[in-house]
Amino acid sequence: MIWEIGIPFALSGAILFFVLNLGGLHTWIERKQSAIMQDRIGANRASILGVRLFGLFHPLADAIKMFVKEDFIPPQADKLLHTLAPFLSVFFSLVAFAAIPYGDRLVIGGRVIELQAANLNVALLYIFAMLSLGVYGVILAGFSSHNNYALLGGIRAAAQMVSYEITLGIAIIGTVMIYGTLDLQQMVRAQGGLLFGFLPAWGVFLQPVGFLVFTAAALAETKRVPFDLPEGESEIIGYFVEYSGMKFGMFFMTDFIETIMVAALATTLFFGGWQVPYLTPDGFQFPWGAFVPVAAIPYALLTVASFTVKVLAFCWLFMVIRWTLPRFRYDQLMRLGWRILFPISVANVLITGAVLAWR
Amino acid sequence: MAMIIERKELNLWERLYLPEILRGLWLTSRHFFVNMFFHTAHLFGLFKRHRAAVTTQWPEELRPLAARFRSRHRLTTREEGTPRCVGCMLCETVCPAKCITIVAGEHPDPNVEKYPVRFDIDLGVCVYCGYCVEVCPEDAIRMDTNILDVSAYSRDQMKLDIHELMNPTLRKPVPECDLKFPHKCALHDGKLTGSWERVYGPGEKLSRPADQGTELAAR
Repeated sequence: MIWEIGIPFALSGAILFFVLNLGGLHTWIERKQSAIMQDRIGANRASILGVRLFGLFHPLADAIKMFVKEDFIPPQADKLLHTLAPFLSVFFSLVAFAAIPYGDRLVIGGRVIELQAANLNVALLYIFAMLSLGVYGVILAGFSSHNNYALLGGIRAAAQMVSYEITLGIAIIGTVMIYGTLDLQQMVRAQGGLLFGFLPAWGVFLQPVGFLVFTAAALAETKRVPFDLPEGESEIIGYFVEYSGMKFGMFFMTDFIETIMVAALATTLFFGGWQVPYLTPDGFQFPWGAFVPVAAIPYALLTVASFTVKVLAFCWLFMVIRWTLPRFRYDQLMRLGWRILFPISVANVLITGAVLAWR
Repeated sequence: MAMIIERKELNLWERLYLPEILRGLWLTSRHFFVNMFFHTAHLFGLFKRHRAAVTTQWPEELRPLAARFRSRHRLTTREEGTPRCVGCMLCETVCPAKCITIVAGEHPDPNVEKYPVRFDIDLGVCVYCGYCVEVCPEDAIRMDTNILDVSAYSRDQMKLDIHELMNPTLRKPVPECDLKFPHKCALHDGKLTGSWERVYGPGEKLSRPADQGTELAAR
């Protein structure tokens, strides 16, 4: 009994712990990485007893500030919806992680534990459903604030997210066709083989175009620069203009959590998830014939570490993109979504289908 | 002159968008990796001479200033610790911001006509043009203290009196009056304090009758 409750609890606790901490750290990564990219040093003044630790106390200071700030609700705003919106936003972005597999199966005392919070056979559909529901938080925030700028931001967010969700969905259909499953754990297992005897059979080598379209559309889903039209800091401040304190902080966190979500999805679908190149459950099987045995527990830890490293690498890449590219104009955004990415993703599906049928 | 700037047509490679995006990402991530390498090397004490960032960590690290840089004023002194200023009022006259206030007094030394009993500069008004330094015939005022962090919580605190001008290390509030010669001192409610005996010693004979100079200033 204790195992039946304890194991899922520990599994979901582990991923929540990882995601929330990484989300908090993203404020630090954002400050420091942008600084280093621009030949600066970045925030490093927050100190505890003279210890600065590369500015790692800034996220803590931020959290304290967010919690003690006045929580302002505009007088004519819809109180219920205004309060509900940030919770919806952060809730749906967090629950989506339940279906992400972050390690291979672990066998302890005859029990098989899949390192995944919820082992769903429709994991991909579930994640996309949750990401789509996340739009409601944004729309409600814009709608309930009784502020034209917030409403404008909400409308922009809705239009953008609905447009790019279609592209996002079609971009991964090619991957689904190749692996023939919506179960992410199975999909990752299928990426364990080798192509041409040396290349790991990762999705990116089978679906390079799908990967590019997916990354572009998924970045648009996170609503960060270069797709930060809903925020539009220079003109409309965005859907959260009437939020302060931790409610604003939750929207802020949602952006980061969605970035991590996209990184985890890109890793799972296109970069082999928790697969380590040449690592089989018994040990490393190198293409030149060498074999290094690895025990069961280190193997599970290696897979989790591999997943973490890949997610962090994607977070780094998305941060580089965020600090390199300028924002799209609204018509450019819509044209990119509907007239460039959407046809490419459809063509990708057709060509993938043709290749699969011929084979 | 009107200038016509010709817009460059994008060629196919640039219109493909993706290559140019990758070029941009390559540029910024190159900066990231190069700077990250030097930051990491600095942690191990390597390549200390190569800077990893252009940031100056003020106030621990001060930016080098040009030799001609005009910073906060100071009054130069004679050997015995009195100001070189002879109270000629040239700086007060030339000052475009009218931020200098001088009250001149008689100096006991016949070679020196006058000296400042009061010398105030209102830094809240000063425009740091340096005309006062240019115009001074006695090299009595200079702007070479390299003090840049002039800031205060009130306009009154922006006003420098003769204590701070003669001793640039002083910061507000000035703890005690350390000037010996007669001057109008805010630390003593604007009253005249100090005497020439404390500067030259009680028995010292000045060629001008000592009582005359002192009394003039004391009046």
